Amino acid sequence: MSLALRLENLSKSFAVGKRLFGAPKGHVHAVHPVTLDVPEGETLGIVGESGCGKSTLARMLVGLLAPSGGHIEIEGQPLDNADPAQFGKRIQYVFQDPISSLNPRKTIRQIMEAPLKRLHGMARAARDKRISEIFAQVNLREEFLERYPHEFSGGQAQRIGIARALAAEARILILDEPVSALDVSVQAQVLNLLADLKARLGLTYLFISHDLAVVEAVSDRVAVLYFGSVVEVGRAEDVFSAPRHPYTKLLADSAPVVGRALSPPESRETELPDPLNPPKGCAFRARCPNAGPRCAEEVPQLEGETGQVACFHPLR
Amino acid sequence: MGRYILKRLVSAVPVLLGITVIVFAIMAMIPGDPATAILGSYATPENVEKLNRDLGLDKPAVQRYFIWLWNMVQGDFGRSFSLNRPVLEEVLDRFGATLVLAGTSFVLCSVIGVAAGVVSAARQYGLADKAITFAVLLGISIPSFFLGMMMILIFAVQLRWFPASGMWPIYGDRTLPVLVTHLTMPALALAVVATGVVARLSRSAMLEVLRQDYIRTARAKGVPERGVIWRHALRAAMVSILPVLGIQAGFVLSGAVYIEMVFQWPGVGRMLVDAILKRDILLVQGGVVLVAACYVMFNIVVDVAQSLLDPRIKT
Amino acid sequence: MSTLALLARNRLALAGLIVMGLVVLLALVTPLLPLPDPDVTDTGNRFLPPFSEGALLGTDHLGRDQLSRLLWGTRLSLAVGFAAATIAAVLGAAVGIIAGYYGGRVDNLIMRGVDMLMAFPYILLALAIVAALGPGLLNALIAVAAVNIPFFARNIRGITVGIANREFIDAARLAGMNDARIILSEVLPNVIPVIVIAMSTTVGWMILETAGLSFLGLGSQPPQADLGSMLGEARAALITSPHTSVVPGAMILIIVMAINLLGDGVRDALDPRLRSGALTRPMAATLVRREDPAPEPQGDDVLSLCDLQTQFHVKHRVYRAVGGVSLGVKPGECLGIIGESGSGKSVTALSVMGLVASPPGVITGGAVHYKGEDLVGAPYGRLRDLRGREVAYIFQDPLATLHPLYKVGDQLVEAIRVHHALSDSEARARALGLLRDVRIPNAESRLDSFPHELSGGMRQRVGIAMALANDPEVIIADEPTTALDVTVQAQILSLLDTLRREKGLAIVFITHDFGVVAQLCDRVAVMYAGRIVEEGPTRALLEAPAHPYTRRLIACVPELGEGKRRLHAIPGLPPAVNDLPSGCAFAPRCDKAQPACRQGEIALDAYGPRRLRCLYPETELEGTA
Ligand SMILES: Nc1ncnc2c1ncn2[C@@H]1O[C@H](COP(=O)(O)OP(=O)(O)OP(=O)(O)O)[C@@H](O)[C@H]1O
Ligand code: SF4
Ligand code: SF4
Ligand SMILES: [Mg+2]
Repeated sequence: MSLALRLENLSKSFAVGKRLFGAPKGHVHAVHPVTLDVPEGETLGIVGESGCGKSTLARMLVGLLAPSGGHIEIEGQPLDNADPAQFGKRIQYVFQDPISSLNPRKTIRQIMEAPLKRLHGMARAARDKRISEIFAQVNLREEFLERYPHEFSGGQAQRIGIARALAAEARILILDEPVSALDVSVQAQVLNLLADLKARLGLTYLFISHDLAVVEAVSDRVAVLYFGSVVEVGRAEDVFSAPRHPYTKLLADSAPVVGRALSPPESRETELPDPLNPPKGCAFRARCPNAGPRCAEEVPQLEGETGQVACFHPLR
Repeated sequence: MGRYILKRLVSAVPVLLGITVIVFAIMAMIPGDPATAILGSYATPENVEKLNRDLGLDKPAVQRYFIWLWNMVQGDFGRSFSLNRPVLEEVLDRFGATLVLAGTSFVLCSVIGVAAGVVSAARQYGLADKAITFAVLLGISIPSFFLGMMMILIFAVQLRWFPASGMWPIYGDRTLPVLVTHLTMPALALAVVATGVVARLSRSAMLEVLRQDYIRTARAKGVPERGVIWRHALRAAMVSILPVLGIQAGFVLSGAVYIEMVFQWPGVGRMLVDAILKRDILLVQGGVVLVAACYVMFNIVVDVAQSLLDPRIKT
Repeated sequence: MSTLALLARNRLALAGLIVMGLVVLLALVTPLLPLPDPDVTDTGNRFLPPFSEGALLGTDHLGRDQLSRLLWGTRLSLAVGFAAATIAAVLGAAVGIIAGYYGGRVDNLIMRGVDMLMAFPYILLALAIVAALGPGLLNALIAVAAVNIPFFARNIRGITVGIANREFIDAARLAGMNDARIILSEVLPNVIPVIVIAMSTTVGWMILETAGLSFLGLGSQPPQADLGSMLGEARAALITSPHTSVVPGAMILIIVMAINLLGDGVRDALDPRLRSGALTRPMAATLVRREDPAPEPQGDDVLSLCDLQTQFHVKHRVYRAVGGVSLGVKPGECLGIIGESGSGKSVTALSVMGLVASPPGVITGGAVHYKGEDLVGAPYGRLRDLRGREVAYIFQDPLATLHPLYKVGDQLVEAIRVHHALSDSEARARALGLLRDVRIPNAESRLDSFPHELSGGMRQRVGIAMALANDPEVIIADEPTTALDVTVQAQILSLLDTLRREKGLAIVFITHDFGVVAQLCDRVAVMYAGRIVEEGPTRALLEAPAHPYTRRLIACVPELGEGKRRLHAIPGLPPAVNDLPSGCAFAPRCDKAQPACRQGEIALDAYGPRRLRCLYPETELEGTA
């Protein structure tokens, strides 16, 4: 099984309080060094709460953000600091807000043509043929091509976004909260479409979401992100039903589930740590019921064979 | 807060330096030979050369700039050749009159403008709104100098309510009521445009704010409508109105130039126009730098007020 | 609607357009008209009054024909004003787009330069430029254009920053476009309307400015005259021959006013927010236009809605956001309202206390009874008195719903004091107690915090405290946890549950999450397209949904613990509420639909504790229909 995507110690920090000259006031480590492999044809789910670095990670993978450190390898090719056009042919991105990802002043045809023209240099006739093919694949009618984005509902716009990503003929898609802006009934339509496309075209997905149930329903494996670090990776069916990291357990216990009584999973009042002054040791320590003395001193590393966990006192 | 004020004052230094550079650079663009311009074309070459030396014009521009800057820092803005007196003295003499005029107008335009804007927004599409909107349109469309002339014609010549020009009578006491009668017309004429702009902006800022969720929250709490408008909405709208008031202060100062011409007001604006027509460069330079510096300081006051108003601004 | 059509509909703008068209036409044909030479002096005929023989508008101090000078001057003033506006707009926009698009250091440097220029009262800069270049119309034009560049640059930069951060720019990059192409084909088309707006609202101003410089004698030089210098020259004879001043002055006024009217029209037509009528101010209470008599209160519910109808009237369209909703809560009960986006949950909730934004919202029928009193017809004063005291709200996004400029404590104190004559310190003590009730740590110091200093969860706790401030009977919570992370949501939900049991509150809880409903609510109502389609005790309804929509909605939501699988999607979209099908609104998507479903109203029938609006239910419900 070959690797579609390989990240090695990929990290990103942002300078804050930049001045015209001289050093910035501080750095926010949005993504701590992350090492992950995604085999071809897999769907890797990434979950985490707001601000944990999901989108930053995703944007690095398509070249929209330059990493501060580490390596990215896509289908065996290193692409550390290439420009987005180079990434574009191998890996594409589907945005969270479907309407905002379409230029309001362009027709759908113009939007669809851009990757065909710029990335593949296709001629007019070839482009039209290809667009028809893609639109058939995502169940969109061709008459939509001459319309403008504001005429579409969120679900339709998201299909167009997916169609655009397919047009680049990349075999890896980064799906950044692709259904969060959609209604539940439409959400299911889009998720099923994604599943069909994957089966038909042999795609590899990186599926980012804050909704545990959605991630579990679509992923083969799941990585849990907390405060910029991957704290647990495991098979989708195990991660939430038998969590090993205390944070994963907290997430799973917090999700409202029909038939489970309402009880606060945490007794303490919790806040995320200050990103400008990250705590020493494990970032989850202040909220962790298992924390021991070692947790205050060392940062736990991701370890394990099939399921990996970054914790000194895992639950299993 | 003290630290914030200090920080803003420190950050004004490069702006002030930038102002001097810009003024100097513009003045250095003057084609031909200033000395010839000053002395007229019949001047002897010797005289021209002497004047050039006196003005330091024989040195390279960068050096000249630093000499000029250093002199200014020491309070020496040079000497106006057309008036034959130190620039600083002349400007300071005149600046008081401009401040009285522009300051009065600024207060008028802020108070009336904001109030009109709030009323207009609170009664959107009502009669008051329509009347105010029309008045505003008229206000921002009329040239202030034309308005001033018409006011003289009507209120000074026909009705004889106010004196037609000047700041003080030639003979007689310099008392406050006397000043007020002289000030009324020019201050109003000057305030009209700025009032229109402020009212317009206040109206749209209020409309924007009134649609926000926290206004709905205030209503859901049971806050009476008057409190919603004047306490909740206006406070939030002021965040976008205040910077515009800062900009309007600049417009009022600018408009003062015309009004001073029309009403023979002995201010710095008239002085500048005269100086330009006489090509009295040192006077223009000094006047522009001093007035601009005051405006920079005023904007610091606005910034500080803004930071008091909006806790989200990091101080 | 097209921009031109919109412009034409605006009567004031149309008037401006017509006047402006006439003025421009006159200016264009001036050289063809049989006019005397504007610069020929005739000192014998000085200061002729208007309507004199051979000089329709009289003559000036040198005996020159005023009409001719006026037309030629207008021509000049217009040309100079437009030229200055165009130059300033093009250069300013270029600078602004570059600064806004590239950001970072480029932006920083450019904007500092711009700020520096804006640190001058603009006329000083203009005077300095004229002083350097010498008086003259062309130099005045350069000065006015130069002085206005920073205003354009700043304005356009702000817009560009917003656009450059939009996702479609990233998408273009991933589609292989380079910066130059992105600027030209993605950014520029979105900025152009703003440039046009900025230009149309400043042309008038620029004409005034150039006229001003000419008035001072720094613009056009004799004998050539634009409107400003005509006025300047006439000033000396203001008292003796006022007509020489009035003529050019009135012309400037007319031109600038017409341009401003037109500019406002252009702005209104191009600004998408004004286009959708979004910039109207919501009134203190929702408009009520109820044709049928209000229904009588029934039952022992503390709050009950009876056939409530709320509509939005936008232009000529009518959106039936709430199309006849009947609901009730008993004291101490928690009623859930669940539905997809746009199904009318929020509008239903806001209608209760008349908080639907109006215009465009109108309550067109039904009643809301609070302890038997009809609130829909109630006068504003009564409504205001009950708001927050008897019926309180908790809203979705706590950052947007708390006032950003007031301290949390002050907002709580205000909530208490609008209904109770307490002293400030008493109210403060009470506010402190409220913060403790909602389990905010260090409540004392939090009283003096501003909303932006709190985390999302803390802010929502403040929102809850505010709702509790006057011990209301009913709390309406509109998706209070949707904006929060799951771990925080769990805390807030359990807090709400504890509070309601402690205080015996009736809660109307709006959500789109079945898990939340199941955990918190005693009863649940399902909304679709502005109506309730099914209602019943939570357990019974979730275990055996009877309405096809309910069943399929539950089925298409993935649930934790079921592993990877295919979801049961509902095809199609909810109908638009301004174009509802007749009969069952769900029929186009329903796999059980029969012809009968599409004919006529389907009633919400009661079956014991449950109610259902469907002809062919999924399960037979017991009880009488
Ligand atoms: N100000 C408004 N002008 C016009 N239509 C409006 C306005 N506000 C709401 N609507 C319409 O009313 C309908 C119901 O909206 P409502 O906000 O109640 O839905 P909701 O169920 O609360 O949705 P969500 O889950 O997104 O909060 C929608 O179709 C919407 O388009
Ligand atoms: S490392 Fe320690 S503090 Fe961190 S999650 Fe594991 S047990 Fe808790
Ligand atoms: S009434 Fe008919 S169309 Fe509507 S939900 Fe029931 S079965 Fe389906
Ligand atoms: Mg809602």
